[in-house]
Amino acid sequence: MPLDTKIEDRPWLDSSIEPFIKIQNVTKKFGAFTAVDRIDLNVYQGELFSLLGGSGCGKTTLLRMLAGFEEVTSGHIFIDGQDMAGIPPYERPVNMMFQSYALFPHMTVEKNVAYGLKRDGVPKLEIASRVTEILDMVELGQFASRKPHQLSGGQRQRVALARALVKKPKLLLLDEPLGALDKRLREQTQFELMDLQEQLGITFMVVTHDQEEAMTLSTRIAVMDQGDIIQIGTPTEIYEYPESRFTAGFIGNVNMFEGRVTNNSADHVTVQGTDGTEFYIDHGQNVKEGQKVWVAVRPEKLVINKDAVAAGPNQLLGTVDDIGYMGNHSIYRVKLASGRIVQTTAQNIVRPKDAEWAVDWDDKVTLTWEPSATVLLTK
Amino acid sequence: MSKNSKFVTTLMCIGFTFLYIPMVLLVIYSFNDSRFVTVWGGFSTKWYGELLNNQLVIDSAILSLQIAFVTACAAVVLGTMAGIALVRFGKFKGRTLFSGMISAPLVMPEVITGLSLLMLFIALENALGIPERGFWTITIAHITFSMAFVAVIIQARLAGMDESLEEAAMDLGGKPLRVLFDITLPLIAPGMISGWLLAFTMSLDDLVIASFTAGPGANTLPMYIFSKVKTGLRPDINALATLIILTVAIGVFIAGWLMLRQDKQRKVDEQMAAMETTKDEQAA
Amino acid sequence: MSDNAISNESSIQERSTLSWLDDKLQQSWKFLLLLIPYAWLLIFFLAPFILVLKVSMAEPAYARPPYTPLWEWAEDGYLTITLIFENFSYLWEDELYYETYLNSVVIAFNSTIMCLLIGYPIAYGIVRSSTSVRNILLLLIILPFWTSFLLRVYAWMGILGQGGELNDILIFLGILDEPHQFLYTQFAVYVGIVYSYLPFMILPLYASLEKLDMTLNEAAADLGAKPITTFLTVTLPLSIPGIVAGSMLVFIPATGEYVIPDLLGGGNVAMIGRQLFNEFGANKDWPVASAVAIALLILLVVPMMIYQHYQAKETEAA
Repeated sequence: MPLDTKIEDRPWLDSSIEPFIKIQNVTKKFGAFTAVDRIDLNVYQGELFSLLGGSGCGKTTLLRMLAGFEEVTSGHIFIDGQDMAGIPPYERPVNMMFQSYALFPHMTVEKNVAYGLKRDGVPKLEIASRVTEILDMVELGQFASRKPHQLSGGQRQRVALARALVKKPKLLLLDEPLGALDKRLREQTQFELMDLQEQLGITFMVVTHDQEEAMTLSTRIAVMDQGDIIQIGTPTEIYEYPESRFTAGFIGNVNMFEGRVTNNSADHVTVQGTDGTEFYIDHGQNVKEGQKVWVAVRPEKLVINKDAVAAGPNQLLGTVDDIGYMGNHSIYRVKLASGRIVQTTAQNIVRPKDAEWAVDWDDKVTLTWEPSATVLLTK
Repeated sequence: MSKNSKFVTTLMCIGFTFLYIPMVLLVIYSFNDSRFVTVWGGFSTKWYGELLNNQLVIDSAILSLQIAFVTACAAVVLGTMAGIALVRFGKFKGRTLFSGMISAPLVMPEVITGLSLLMLFIALENALGIPERGFWTITIAHITFSMAFVAVIIQARLAGMDESLEEAAMDLGGKPLRVLFDITLPLIAPGMISGWLLAFTMSLDDLVIASFTAGPGANTLPMYIFSKVKTGLRPDINALATLIILTVAIGVFIAGWLMLRQDKQRKVDEQMAAMETTKDEQAA
Repeated sequence: MSDNAISNESSIQERSTLSWLDDKLQQSWKFLLLLIPYAWLLIFFLAPFILVLKVSMAEPAYARPPYTPLWEWAEDGYLTITLIFENFSYLWEDELYYETYLNSVVIAFNSTIMCLLIGYPIAYGIVRSSTSVRNILLLLIILPFWTSFLLRVYAWMGILGQGGELNDILIFLGILDEPHQFLYTQFAVYVGIVYSYLPFMILPLYASLEKLDMTLNEAAADLGAKPITTFLTVTLPLSIPGIVAGSMLVFIPATGEYVIPDLLGGGNVAMIGRQLFNEFGANKDWPVASAVAIALLILLVVPMMIYQHYQAKETEAA
């Protein structure tokens, strides 16, 4: 991998470290339906790991198997070296923050948070001090005697978090932790969650369908589809180095071109698109000449040129069909001669004079990009 | 997914046995040849024949069915009106009294309802000469308590219904009364049907209130049965019970089967729709 | 030309009459919709109660109806009102009434507890069954509702009698040596009430248990609660509305029950509903019967209001 960071921040690269959670060849079937299909996954101590995928991809089932609500049909789950087979949820060193929060409606905030400690037989005085401590940590100290229905959505979310964290679990499972919050609150809470995780050092496993949320929060992400893990990697790896069209398309926007390999060298590959466009990829890849491949280019990697550009590879000619002004940046939809629409974005670095932008509707433009920004996909 | 422990399952089995053993025994002994109900004397259907030749039974059954039919129809109309008023009219003068009068009959002991209505009928009879006690007094009494049950069913259904449906209809130009007939009533129709059936069976089943409000001439089926079984067991009553249980069981199971089929169909439809959605997404 | 104008005018007038009618209807239908059931209940529900209250304070008389009027216009134009509370003090002083009331309440209370103990596991089991099984079980609970209450009580006359199945089983098991008369005892009344009112307990319990969010149970398990602890700390407290509603639906009608004590208790079990019926039917003492009814009503007002309160809360929540 071309990214170099300190190895202690990336335990998955160090083969001498024992994974904290080992999921080995786990399958879960509901009748004839296979929700999770022979999954292998290792998660390391202190990670904030995300399972990302659309609805029905098996991410929640996987989480529920870790919590013990669902039995595995086959395979094994180890948490901190302990095989979880046959261990009921109430004996697992794992706590969960539910998507609906599942706060007990007949108990106060304080009682909700103390519930798990009481079940463990923690002495009363210790319960009181630990509850106070965690409520202060999530800034809910003054709401201790309220009932859940007297709290706002964000406050409920923090009670649910406090209730799960107060037991100091080895692993905290979070099912769509920010799903019920509005956008502004969600952004703020994301960072709070990360701070809290860093502070406590507890391993977090998050289920989410929101790619932005997964990108911001996670040390690593597993992209899931139809019961399978499609790719595991850091947010950067997943975004910049997708291994398949599914991952490239699922995370962020992408312009995808179909073509065939025309030249395959050690240090570069060239591809001719079905519409004749020449693509140049500046690194070697395991492909054969004449093989059908796909080329993916992220919109923000494309540069819009109004003036003529010397002919070469990685160029697309077209007219501006539509402009979406987003304030900080604009989205341009450029129509190629083939009729295809290509999307590109540009930061609005300068303030336009007389509200006239340099690129306007129906302008003839040439789109170019760096050879390094070209992603070659074989599946 | 059944998540019941053996303990709960065992208790459930005992409970259901308790509920159904008496009815099963009633049915078995209706085919008993012996005149003594609890001594088995061989298989026979003679009690059914005797029952069907008994003009008193036939007459009282017809009277009961007539009362139940009129009761059910009137109770649905009045109960639906009351239910709509309670859910959709917001606050109005005398609402507390109204909702109190609607829900009180649900829990009122029958002897009190029966006694008080009789007092009224007699007072009216003395003052106005009407009504003569019989068919109509029983029917009025039955309407009064069963309309409350209908109102509660309608209330529950309306409360669970999205008010914006009615608002949408008004937004599209429907006048309030038009909206009531075009939107509200069709949507609460299932509630009205179950309300009708409930009122019908409750009227058919009532003994105490009918005993109070019936005149000397009128004799409903429960009143006839009661007068017979007070003195002991009667095999022809077992035969009658069997006929009633059979009718109800067949009716309930047909209804249940229809519901189940509808449920399945809806699930299939939902799955199809979900598949369409994925197709749409893929196309996009 | 002028003909045409006239006919035009009349048709306009016709249309405006129609629209006037329509307008009136649009304005008044709400009023009518409320008025009809309201009037019905005032006449046939509220008025009778006032009448009973009135009669309960009158004196019995050999007349038709057999009680004295409460007020009379004296010859000098003064209105005299005679209120007799004797009927009530009679109830209080007569040991028979006092004990009958007490007995009714005790029997109804114990029956309610028994219904709760039998009904709760059933309702709980139904809620936790798979959807298809659940529908069938619910149908089986509702089915007795639609069959004759009277005939289901009658069935127990056979079972509990001296030659009945209960004796057969107990003798077969060697618990009894010779047949015992279970019919016409307090025991028989208990069996009858619990049997008849069990569905009234199960259905509200089912409704409140079914509404419970199953993730709450999962959350409790996740936080370390064993199934029994989860039940006691989460499920049970959250099903209290169902417990209260079910208990009231059993307790209130059971207190005033007439058929069951009459058929299964014979003359041996004194209950107030039966007493009222007899007072009215056999003794023809209307004022005392009315006083009995009012006293019964006073007894049940608190449970009725509890039921109303929970019912109102439920509709609010929905």
